[in-house]
Amino acid sequence: MRKTFIGVLAATALLTAAGPAFARIDIPLWHAMGGNLGDKLNSMVKAFNDSQPEYNVIPIYKGSYSETVTAAIAAFRAKQQPAIVQVFEVGTATMMAAKGAVYPVFQLMKDTGEPFDPKAYLPAITGYYSDVHGNMLSLPFNSSTPVLYYNKDEFKRAGLDPEKAPATWTELEADAKKLQAAGVTCGFTTGWPSWVQVENFSAWHNLPIGTLSNGFGGLGTRLTINGPIQVRHIGRLADWQKTKIFDYGGRESASAPKFYSGECAMYMNSSGAYSAIKANAKGFQFGVGMLPYWPDVKGAPQNSIIGGATFWVLRGHSPDVYKGVAKFFTYMSSAPVQADWHQFSGYLPITMAAYELTRKQGYYDKNPGTDIAIKQINLHPPTENSKGLRFGYFVQIRDIIESDLEAIWSGKTPAKAGLDDAVMRSNELLIRFEHENEGKQ
Amino acid sequence: MVEHRPWLTFIAHAVLIFGAFILAFPLWVAFVASTQSAVSFNQIPMSLLPGGHFIENYSAVLTRGVASAGAVPVVTMLMNSLIMAMMIAVGKIAISLLSAYAIVYFRFPFRKTIFWLIFITLMLPVEVRILPTYGVVASLGMLNSYAGLSIPLIASATATFLFRQYFLTVPEELLEAARLDGAGPWRFFRDILIPLSRTNIAALFVILFIYGWNQYLWPLLVTTDPNYYTIVMGIQRMVTVADATPQWQLVMATVILALLPPVIVVVGMQRLFIRGLVEIEK
Amino acid sequence: MEKRVFFEHRLTPYLLVAAQLAITLIFFIWPAAQAFYQSTITQDAFGLSTTFVGLANFERLFSDSLYLHSIEITLVFSALVAASSLSIALLLAAMADRVIRGSSVYKTLLIWPYALAPAISGVLWLLLFNPTIGIIAYALRQVGYSWNNFLSGTDAMILIVAAATWKQVSYNFLFFLAGLQFIPRSLIEAAAIDGASPFKRFWTIVFPLLSPTTFFLVVVNLVYAFFDTFGLVHTTTAGGPAHATEILVYKVYRDGFVGLDVGGSAAQSVVLMAIVVLLTAIQFRYVERKVVY
Repeated sequence: MRKTFIGVLAATALLTAAGPAFARIDIPLWHAMGGNLGDKLNSMVKAFNDSQPEYNVIPIYKGSYSETVTAAIAAFRAKQQPAIVQVFEVGTATMMAAKGAVYPVFQLMKDTGEPFDPKAYLPAITGYYSDVHGNMLSLPFNSSTPVLYYNKDEFKRAGLDPEKAPATWTELEADAKKLQAAGVTCGFTTGWPSWVQVENFSAWHNLPIGTLSNGFGGLGTRLTINGPIQVRHIGRLADWQKTKIFDYGGRESASAPKFYSGECAMYMNSSGAYSAIKANAKGFQFGVGMLPYWPDVKGAPQNSIIGGATFWVLRGHSPDVYKGVAKFFTYMSSAPVQADWHQFSGYLPITMAAYELTRKQGYYDKNPGTDIAIKQINLHPPTENSKGLRFGYFVQIRDIIESDLEAIWSGKTPAKAGLDDAVMRSNELLIRFEHENEGKQ
Repeated sequence: MVEHRPWLTFIAHAVLIFGAFILAFPLWVAFVASTQSAVSFNQIPMSLLPGGHFIENYSAVLTRGVASAGAVPVVTMLMNSLIMAMMIAVGKIAISLLSAYAIVYFRFPFRKTIFWLIFITLMLPVEVRILPTYGVVASLGMLNSYAGLSIPLIASATATFLFRQYFLTVPEELLEAARLDGAGPWRFFRDILIPLSRTNIAALFVILFIYGWNQYLWPLLVTTDPNYYTIVMGIQRMVTVADATPQWQLVMATVILALLPPVIVVVGMQRLFIRGLVEIEK
Repeated sequence: MEKRVFFEHRLTPYLLVAAQLAITLIFFIWPAAQAFYQSTITQDAFGLSTTFVGLANFERLFSDSLYLHSIEITLVFSALVAASSLSIALLLAAMADRVIRGSSVYKTLLIWPYALAPAISGVLWLLLFNPTIGIIAYALRQVGYSWNNFLSGTDAMILIVAAATWKQVSYNFLFFLAGLQFIPRSLIEAAAIDGASPFKRFWTIVFPLLSPTTFFLVVVNLVYAFFDTFGLVHTTTAGGPAHATEILVYKVYRDGFVGLDVGGSAAQSVVLMAIVVLLTAIQFRYVERKVVY
């Protein structure tokens, strides 16, 4: 009974929507931007809708990144997929492998005749989302990279220069000890442990995360994060955990209160965390620095890699819809729109033009530290170790890596054994992914 | 009492008071947290006395909602929870009254088969067959609907089992008398069986309401449209926020609002509830 | 037991069971069949390619040390929850059975946590135990224990056991109290006249008489810890750190919905269904008239 009632309601809604003769073409967009970011995205979409009469993009919030992907995949299986879905970076290989489901962005732009210059985008970002031939498969929207935040007040109290973030891990260790001597409980903590301390650590030191150019070269890729330098680094963190030079505070951003409360004087996390820190760090001034590097590693610092999400286009809609998608993408990539988004959110500007515009507007001068992230990803031209990564089942692989990191840092497993285990387990998944997708690429 | 031992009685009271205190402590902390300002959580240790932001926090969640939970006002979520809990409780009672009636008071081919088919579901929580059930509901187009939220959870056969047990204890003379009066199956059901089962229905309602209200994983999966979020799952959205920390004062205000209705039901309808739980369930 | 008197209508009984039967077939039998089918395949995330693999998913499952670890964790967790919530509840019920004055007030004060969802209980304890801002973590720091449920698997396990126990005490309390009040006073009085101390009386007379209740509650508590604590784990530890709290019912969700491993998750569903059937059988066999949610 209730179902029929709802069915009638839905049908009525559909009829009303399709009613007017000058109907605009609806383009559903599923995204994972909650909160302020969601409000901002909604207003950007509204501006696009108001800017032209033909298309109507409908943004729908679908929960967290993984929920959004799952919902889109389930919808695809039920043939109810949206035209555009926002997918986080670790889902890239999954999306790429779904050849029959995904409409590559470069192809879409060509088919619809939309002017499109892939060179206008920051190579450090597009590299992550392009195929071996350099074709862009999805449109970057929100990208970030990890940086170092530090508590200037505590630096001052410990007799350190509050304007100078430690550049190397050796300096960071010395600073942390001075800070602890001055009464700080813990030197530093980290968010997103695998992303920051393994994936970005490797890229930053120009070390491979996996074979075949971190997976860009093919499905036969295997993880290599158990190299001597990664093992040494993770082992050092385990040593530091004992004296609280480093204090682990959980996955994702669970460690944030340690920095907000002044318990830890330094904190590594996404550049996108800038506004949250600004809102929460009430009692003290904070500064932003690049990620530290080990000075004895040749080629460090290289450049950091990104996280965040991109827009993927799903097949199964009419050509008119895709024309609208192309127009929408052009709008979202334009310099003023991107510069606005970048300044609002702390995410990276995806085009060079948006960066230049932001600089000219004087934003970086007024908000010191906000340009660290972009400088860091552009520090050197990306090598095959620092272009990004592309592994199937990476959501699970990251879970495996983080579980092993937790085992190492809690002292249960030595660093070498822990990372060996992570590599072994991850490779099982990569082998499975290879089998499942053989012959499709 | 068997004998008078004042010190034992004293210990009994002391243990009970201590137990009640321990049980209430997390709730007190939650209430205190819900009256604090956002930044007060960065002061350690947290205060154990209420702060001055009660009205501010509660009106914020009730009317505006919390951004990370899709900014649905808590009022909407409470409403959805209420609808879902009611549909589950009423739906379960209705269909199980009918099927228990059929199984006890009729003889028909496949009665045994149907009986077992239904009773297989007796103890199978939705959690253990979660992925395929989700698949089925998705392919029926029931995601983001009240029907999708509640109907799959009505499938459990617990209530049917209870009514069957109860009907079996109803004296046979009642049916004989009714048939002598010329009453058909519908009239017997409506005029005799339902009034007789009134207490059982009410007791079961309390338990099923709480069961429905407290559903978590299922609404988490089938609702991606914030307008269908229920309060218990909405809280999870508030606790897991990307690149930020939970706004504990708002989370806890929502927690308090989420637990009030079932607690009021349990405490207010205590007799009925205990009867339902202990006598029916056992 | 069957009724001797009944209606003889042809169509009516089918109409009466139709609703329940339809729901059972669509939302139980069909998904369960799907689980069996899916446990024999592997599939990419989008369902574009499907391969039949026979029992390979089960082989993979039982050779996966993480799955075996998850079984172990589930057993430890369930045993801890059952043991602690039953003993606390028994103590409280024994005391409540003694007092005359205020017993209904105590009852009210002790039963309300039953009304809470496990997920809510998780969130409450998550705040209490938060390593930085939690009041219990703070108290532990003061006595020299560095609490960190994000790093220490033991701490995380304590957290979920505490939250699960806290919520379950009320339920056990009610059953124990009902059980105690069912015991004939004359038996206890006779023992008292023989000079047995209250403590001795409890263990030699009361506790043995409570054993049907206790046995029933052990099964119910195991089922609770096995299947109803998903929300609690999901809101607190998410199975971590290092899989230390990844119980079976959490893993089936995580592998299916986060890991998009359809075959692996379905195989786990099949195993869980077998466990449920086993537990139900035990209950039917040894406890009469029992129904559990």
